[in-house]
Amino acid sequence: MAEPLLTFTDRGIYCGRGDFFIDPWRPVDRALITHGHADHSRPGMGRYLATEAAGPVMRHRLGEITLDTVRYGERRTLGGVTVSYHPAGHVPGSAQIRVEHKGEVWVVSGDYKVTPDGLSEPFEPVSCHAFITECTFGLPVFKWADEASVRSDLDEWWRRNAADGKTSIIGAYALGKAQRLLTTVDPGIGPILTHGAVENTNEVMRAQGVKLPQTQRVTPETDLKALHGALVVAPPSALGTPWARRFGQSSTAFASGWMALRGVRRRRAADRGFVISDHADWEGLNTAIGETGAERIFVTHGYTSIFRRWLADQGYDAAIVETEYEGETLDTEDPA
Amino acid sequence: MNRFAALFTTLDQTTRTTAKVDALAAYFAEAPEDDKLWTIALLSGRRPKRTVIATRLREWAAERAGIPLWLFEESYPIVGDLAETIALILPDATRATDHTLSHWIGEVRALAKLDDATKKARILAAWDALPKIERFVFNKLITGGFRMGVSQKLMTRALSRATGIDEPDLAHRLMGDWQPDRTSFETLILKHDPSADLSKPYPFYLAYQLDGGPETLDTPPDDWAAERKWDGIRGQLILRGGAHFLWSRGEELMTDRFPELSRLIDHVPAGTVLDGEVVAWRDEAPMTFNALQKRIGRKTVPKKLLTEAPVILYAYDLLEWQAEDIRARPFAERRTLLDTLAESVPAEMPLRVSPLLPFESWDALAEIREASRDHASEGIMLKHLQSPYRDGRKKGDWWKWKVDPLTIDAVMIYAQQGHGRRANLFTDFTFAVWDDDTLVPFTKAYSGLTDAEFRKITAWVRRNTLERYGPVRQVKPEHVFEIAFEGIQESPRHKSGVALRFPRMSRWRHDKPLGEANTLTDLKDMLAAYG
Repeated sequence: MAEPLLTFTDRGIYCGRGDFFIDPWRPVDRALITHGHADHSRPGMGRYLATEAAGPVMRHRLGEITLDTVRYGERRTLGGVTVSYHPAGHVPGSAQIRVEHKGEVWVVSGDYKVTPDGLSEPFEPVSCHAFITECTFGLPVFKWADEASVRSDLDEWWRRNAADGKTSIIGAYALGKAQRLLTTVDPGIGPILTHGAVENTNEVMRAQGVKLPQTQRVTPETDLKALHGALVVAPPSALGTPWARRFGQSSTAFASGWMALRGVRRRRAADRGFVISDHADWEGLNTAIGETGAERIFVTHGYTSIFRRWLADQGYDAAIVETEYEGETLDTEDPA
Repeated sequence: MNRFAALFTTLDQTTRTTAKVDALAAYFAEAPEDDKLWTIALLSGRRPKRTVIATRLREWAAERAGIPLWLFEESYPIVGDLAETIALILPDATRATDHTLSHWIGEVRALAKLDDATKKARILAAWDALPKIERFVFNKLITGGFRMGVSQKLMTRALSRATGIDEPDLAHRLMGDWQPDRTSFETLILKHDPSADLSKPYPFYLAYQLDGGPETLDTPPDDWAAERKWDGIRGQLILRGGAHFLWSRGEELMTDRFPELSRLIDHVPAGTVLDGEVVAWRDEAPMTFNALQKRIGRKTVPKKLLTEAPVILYAYDLLEWQAEDIRARPFAERRTLLDTLAESVPAEMPLRVSPLLPFESWDALAEIREASRDHASEGIMLKHLQSPYRDGRKKGDWWKWKVDPLTIDAVMIYAQQGHGRRANLFTDFTFAVWDDDTLVPFTKAYSGLTDAEFRKITAWVRRNTLERYGPVRQVKPEHVFEIAFEGIQESPRHKSGVALRFPRMSRWRHDKPLGEANTLTDLKDMLAAYG
């Protein structure tokens, strides 16, 4: 039997015929990158290939790299293998990578979310024979609320804090989640301040044409008294530090899919936990997998053993693949 | 239930004590009487009798959600809470209702007499009529174990604010054997009659750990009494009206579990309440906790066990004497009364008084403390001679000065994800010691690391998994941890032959190479010395 189109190696997902890797975690010559998060886009690769929209953030994070970019849907041929990038709805510029050889199609999802968030390019289902999927939230207990109710919860929280003379501090990843919050809230409620890590990413995205509301970087010179009732967007790791204490009377919140679990919310000990994720929920994962029409499913990171068994129950040929992707984590400095 | 659900949400959404007390006080000021009483009951660990078994709830919920039962069972430990798991997997409600908390409790209690099919129909209807948080509360009412992040202390404070009754007085009113279906808010709280309930215990006074040693206390050694800290079960023995009641610190009646104490009725006058430690006793000395362990959890005690591990009350305080509450009197005076009382009780009776330890200086006391383990004791208790018997955990008058735990350096070999609040972290670990060149597992441990350390080890486990066995991952033997524990005993059930008491990770020994972890021989030596 011929070697499968994609194989799983200790360096990452590999295409032998095209001699390239997808989201490798060890240095290789040619890396196709689904999106700019640190566990998918790592330093040290000889050549990178990503979407045009993901490029600026990757350059910002990885420095001097040899990067070639493609438009969504554009086809490239690498050693007789056709590759193309399709929106994954995870963060701006994120993609699923389609790999085709002699009519056989594999898709690597990277991280994805099927419901539109108004910021990322909306997810597009791609038909394939084999689908490599994440399953960070691959349990039926994870069900995301619709965008409108998330928006009204966020606005209400901020508005009430502002009325009580409190600053609203929300922890969200610098790439993706932070910008999604910025485009979700009602900027009319008050001024929006940002942590440096968030603002740096904002600058990169504005420069590439992403529309974000007006924000102000917090510096030692920032006159906090003049910015009464502000919303502060910072990486989760900044909450509870001296940096966050400068705002005085405040209410703190995290925005993450994990906030769906009361136990996790309580462990993080924030005042509020907003259930907002860049990943697909249970229904999203199932819909996405169904729409690919694929028979073979490989699950990478998340609740892999449970999700694999569920897929097998549904009649899929499903297997677990060990990777070094981390999915959505509340607990590491650099997000996925 | 909207009002109660809103209270629950507010309590859940803040970590600030003042905000919690504010929310509770506001609730107590405006909620209907029955709801208030039930809220107090729920917050003090009382709940309606279970009317549906959990297995049925799981089946019905899985069926309603359209998922196989195994998938529900796999999700439940990750969420860590049955009521929450059910609330999360069910489809959204299609109807809206607004009944009181008491109404829903009535609904839960009414299920008792129904057959399974009718129960199922009623519960499915309830699930379909309740939004997410209300649904979670409803499930909690059925499954019990309602923890709302509010201690009894905070609840008492809020209730005090809403009613104008003093906190210590309220704390006493809320103690003991009351049930919300047999009393009312009026009777229990507002028109309290102490004589109405013979079994009513006093709130326990709990000591704080003395971290810096006695030199950190404000007053000189002369002001303090010292006793050994006994490793038994804290108990309050009540003798009133010809009956006796033994209460645990968790406000559980333990009277029937320790039948030997009933003999005291004939020798201790009615109108007496003693505070002390139930310990297994032989040859005029407490036995180790291992002996008592066999008696814990047994509702009836076989004869053999009564002779193998007979218990006494090792008394150390007198709270009520001649039917008078004497908690406000100084410790020295209560203690003298206790000694006098005990002298009049025959020696074959199961009552002893925990002796005071004379000491000249803190240094001398430190030496006495060093010998704690030889006396089957965990350390020293310090009590201010002039102190009243307070309620709850209050700083200042009682201190526990425990001996350092036993420790052993062990290698982490298995890891498992935590549950509930630690769902996305690896927190449950199995540790091993060396037996020649193999690693023998001997204990699990879940606590002791900081959040930052748990995050670090979680990232490491993900990258260093050798093998998966269901939820358990075998990891590369690389990290050495110091495991602290309070006791060790022989256990044929464990591969290593030992079982530890209260094991936890006290230190991550980054400095220790793998080969320098302790050995099975070291563990056996500890068993010989302390088992």
